[in-house]
Amino acid sequence: MRVSFWRQAVEIARKDLRTEVRSGEVVMITVPFGAAALMLVPLAVGTDAPLLSQIGPGIYWSVVMLFGVLVTVRQSAIDAPSQRDLLGLLGVDAAARFVGRAGASALLLLLFEAVLAPVALALYGTDPSGWWWLLVVLPLVAVGLGLLGTLASSIASSIASSTLVPLIVVPLAVPMLLAATQITEGLRIDATILGWLLLLVVMDLLLAVAGVLSARPLQETTR
Amino acid sequence: MPDSVVHLRGVGVRIGDTPILRNLHLSVDAGEAVGLIGSNGSGKTTLLRLVATLLAPSEGDGEVLGAALRGEGRFDVRARIGLIGHTPSLYPNLTLQENLSFVARMSGVPDAEVPEVLDCVGLGLARNRTAAACSHGMQRRVEFARLMMTKPDLILLDEAHAGLDPQAAALVAHLVAGARSRGGAAIVVSHEHARIAPLVDRFVELTNGAIAEDARTSS
Repeated sequence: MRVSFWRQAVEIARKDLRTEVRSGEVVMITVPFGAAALMLVPLAVGTDAPLLSQIGPGIYWSVVMLFGVLVTVRQSAIDAPSQRDLLGLLGVDAAARFVGRAGASALLLLLFEAVLAPVALALYGTDPSGWWWLLVVLPLVAVGLGLLGTLASSIASSIASSTLVPLIVVPLAVPMLLAATQITEGLRIDATILGWLLLLVVMDLLLAVAGVLSARPLQETTR
Repeated sequence: MPDSVVHLRGVGVRIGDTPILRNLHLSVDAGEAVGLIGSNGSGKTTLLRLVATLLAPSEGDGEVLGAALRGEGRFDVRARIGLIGHTPSLYPNLTLQENLSFVARMSGVPDAEVPEVLDCVGLGLARNRTAAACSHGMQRRVEFARLMMTKPDLILLDEAHAGLDPQAAALVAHLVAGARSRGGAAIVVSHEHARIAPLVDRFVELTNGAIAEDARTSS
């Protein structure tokens, strides 16, 4: 019996999340390190509250981007060659695998963002006005980074060089970092944010299309 | 099912400039089991991966389960091929039951069959143990359970008897017989010639990536 594309994607995501729950890479390692990184700047700046409030959003999103890459390339998200063969021989659609994996990473990134957001608010005293927009921005960034990290991992696997992941991710993550920071800043000073929101949406769509279209060629090259 | 489950014509595989397989002509008919032997590095694993359609030929052509090795149809027949390689394909942080449930859901097999096949391979009581906490032999049994559940038409076993106790070795015979009775075929790689002789119809010996001998077994 042929299993539908979406069922395959959901099963891949479920398997990845279950593996993460058991290994605890994100919750036990990346989240504490992310929180520690957020604490470093206030330690350096001291009690300059206006300055902390101004730079808070930028620092928060920088930490999300840098540590988010680690979430997307976590060990539990990378298949061993024998597992890649298994997925191929189970008839799993390469695009469904990409969507499932990116979806699991996006959920973990959302958790990462949600845990760090109150830490940033407490440490930087950023004005939380217009916070409900974050309900849109946090998922958009999580999805974008999840797609980007998964795509970068696939490319790196296909050329057998995981060291290339940061080189692929960082330039493409910059527009997202910029947009997320500008949106948070825009909410603080009551400026328009629609253009930046649109940029995030377009980035997510482009990455989704690129990931789905390149999934099979990258999978076959990896073998 | 086509008469010839595997049909290779002058197939070669190169990795970089190094030829791994050279000018192979091989047919495996429906209902047939073939033992693949040869020394380390002779190309046995590469040949299995080629037949599994996981590797494209660098030269020559052929069909597996009616699908051309270079054609789009190979993606459709993959789900009818069962491969057990050197390294277990289990997810170490998932339990044995979760590993097989994942396979079952991806293959459209009812989840209820998972406890049954785990019992069949003697791992019913270990079903909630993570794969990482199981021995190589136990992981191998789970791989056998996977093939018992998905019932592929073409079974490919690499180093079929490596690290197996006599009871687990009987599972190899069971899998090969199952594939043959379904009108499929099996290719079994082993260094233990005597152990697979009763299971197969003929032996193919590889030397330096080429077929050195293709002979029927005396039985």
